[in-house]
Amino acid sequence: MPIQVLMPALSPTMEKGNLAKWLKKEGETIKSGDVIAEIETDKATMEVEATDEGTLGKILIAEGTADVAVNTPIATILVDGESAADLAKAPAAPAPPKAAEVAAPAEAKAEAPQPKSDAKAPAAPAAVAPPDPEIPAGTEMVTQTIREALRDAMAEEMRRDGDVFVMGEEVAEYQGAYKVTQGLLQEFGARRVIDTPITEHGFAGVGVGAAMAGLKPIVEFMTWNFAMQAIDQIINSAAKTLYMSGGQMGCSIVFRGPNGAAARVAAQHSQDYTAWYSQVPGLKVVAPYSAADYKGLLKAAIRDPNPVIFLENEVLYGHTGEVPKLPDFIVPIGKARVARAGKDVTIVSWSMGMSYALKAAEELAKEGIEAEVIDLRTIRPMDTETIIASVKKTGRAVTVEEGWQQSGVGAEVAARIMEQAFDYLDAPVARVSGKDVPMPYAANLEKLALPSVAEVVEAAKAVSYR
Amino acid sequence: MAAPKKSVAKESGQEKAGSPPELTKEQELKALRDMLLIRRFEEKAGQLYGMGAIGGFCHLYIGQEAVVVGMQMALKLGDEVITGYRDHGHMLACGMEAKGVMAELTGRRGGYSKGKGGSMHMFSKEKHFYGGHGIVGAQVSLGTGLAFANRYRGNDAVSVTYFGDGAANQGQVYESFNMAELWKLPVIYVIENNRYAMGTSVSRASAQQDFSKRGASFNIPGRQVDGMDVRAVKAAGDEAVAWCRGGNGPIILEMQTYRYRGHSMSDPAKYRTREEVEKVRHDQDPIEQVRNRLMGAGASEQDLKAIDAEVREIVNAAADFAQHDPEPDPSELYTDIYR
Repeated sequence: MPIQVLMPALSPTMEKGNLAKWLKKEGETIKSGDVIAEIETDKATMEVEATDEGTLGKILIAEGTADVAVNTPIATILVDGESAADLAKAPAAPAPPKAAEVAAPAEAKAEAPQPKSDAKAPAAPAAVAPPDPEIPAGTEMVTQTIREALRDAMAEEMRRDGDVFVMGEEVAEYQGAYKVTQGLLQEFGARRVIDTPITEHGFAGVGVGAAMAGLKPIVEFMTWNFAMQAIDQIINSAAKTLYMSGGQMGCSIVFRGPNGAAARVAAQHSQDYTAWYSQVPGLKVVAPYSAADYKGLLKAAIRDPNPVIFLENEVLYGHTGEVPKLPDFIVPIGKARVARAGKDVTIVSWSMGMSYALKAAEELAKEGIEAEVIDLRTIRPMDTETIIASVKKTGRAVTVEEGWQQSGVGAEVAARIMEQAFDYLDAPVARVSGKDVPMPYAANLEKLALPSVAEVVEAAKAVSYR
Repeated sequence: MAAPKKSVAKESGQEKAGSPPELTKEQELKALRDMLLIRRFEEKAGQLYGMGAIGGFCHLYIGQEAVVVGMQMALKLGDEVITGYRDHGHMLACGMEAKGVMAELTGRRGGYSKGKGGSMHMFSKEKHFYGGHGIVGAQVSLGTGLAFANRYRGNDAVSVTYFGDGAANQGQVYESFNMAELWKLPVIYVIENNRYAMGTSVSRASAQQDFSKRGASFNIPGRQVDGMDVRAVKAAGDEAVAWCRGGNGPIILEMQTYRYRGHSMSDPAKYRTREEVEKVRHDQDPIEQVRNRLMGAGASEQDLKAIDAEVREIVNAAADFAQHDPEPDPSELYTDIYR
């Protein structure tokens, strides 16, 4: 049967075009790849190549015709052994077949398989937060720094699983720029504790590639500020590949390092990236505060089959806390913790913000305001349930973060409270955050740029109308 | 591990004159069949794009077939392949099914990524094909990571990391070169120099136009290969694979090739003349070269026609499947984000 040549779409948006010129005449032999016509689109003049071999049987649309709709038959090609007499056999309107409509057969009217723009998106699955582990009564508690808790978490997981390794700048021989990887090289050797050149984009990509091949890298960034060089690999390669591969190729990888402001290191070394990464589906984002959570969550992150952004805080590295001495202490990702119970106002924070929140709660208690302080611990997936349960009890909420306010995590928390507990609110949610400035160097200005205990106290009182 | 530095290391620059080693008749027939499959598949993809059945971006591999087919002939099971967005040919060469690739192009549930990836994002763990990456140059670090994993595990698999002359100017390529040589990772960097990065010719974008020398400051050997001659590609691939399996670290192969079509479907290709395209097509076409050699060696017209017919049948079946397979179920919207 003769083959019809259709008016082609030559760009993702083209609906019609002008048939500018025929380069082949009726009766001429055509080989696959021959340019047979020129078409003008709104952007350019394009060549139409034959995809079939034969003889140009009949030109159906004359040159110079304007606004020819895509998929209109423009010519007929006769294949082996056919003659002009066969032209009549060409199908009248060979519209491309439709996709088999499964979701909504009634909508299957379009000629070409167009997306159903009026189809309703299914509901997003709700995140279910797993419970915290039971710590048996009488468990010995070890006092250690957050730095040591992180190191122990990595060492335990590396002992448990030979596929886990750590790479980054100065992680091995130097023992870690902040001494978080101290002793790992001595225990695990240079094969599994790998010093990289200063090449964040490159080694992040190498880590993701190794994870695609099934290894479980821990990629340390000396600080998250430098990871901006690598953010393409983190988001475009690590976060999206599972989805883009239809579930075939995932990426079990932890990106970790200090995030946010340290002290007197100015704008380029002081940025908080929590909100940035928390926006990305495919990533999990963890930002703990207590030593026990640092350990239990890092172990959970290393075992997680997904890419995990593990945001530490340099100021907290030297802080000590009680860590349960258990052979396998894991804190589940996705579960917030009520760090202090109270009935009057809910304060939601995480990571370094918790230090302001907890001190403010003490100050508020002196004035008779019992604040409930929630440590989110995981930013994505966010444990909204714990926040909402608290706000339903207190009717008031304050968020505390060191990052910037616009599109910040506090903004997200406030929106969720508004959506899910509006009728319970006795006051608008207040946000305490880093100021809307690059981090200044001068000591006094730096202090002003960060949140303070006084600001948290003030905000809590304001929402309590006190 | 430390094999002596053989000729391949020294011969940076233009390949010596003379014909590459001949292939056996079986190899020639296989090369012809595999290259034809890619060409016919791509022609069909172009046609389906024109009909609106394929959306978005669609980058065709027509003209470059000898590169992936020749390289694949040098590999063994377990070697990994990774490339950029002009990836249909690589997938077919790796043995991925035409049906699954075409159905991904049309965004259907039977596609390799269940319709969620599209032309530029397809993978097959089973066939050791690691994508299909849409960010220019990103696959170079990822492919280096695949090689890192091979080295970590102590197996002898090689990562074949393809990228174009355009991607060769990205910074992370050199970050990866540095680590690959530093750690002696078994990775073959195949630079497919098709002379144009979208609409920018190599001469307008590259200070060093000999891509085989791009690893020079890291001591990575490289050589230029006639990427239109499948025999030359296979011979270079054999040497490069031996180099990597021998524990010598990475190597660069610059494949001098040419794409007949525009950068993507909507590219009118006004940055080059029709004569230039016609000349390459006429003088160097990778498929015609093999066909002519086979005819010269007495292959029958019938044998070659049988290959044509087989390939057309595969491609037509793939196109048919890709247009009739259902779109993904709406419930797939929220799957495969986490595992």
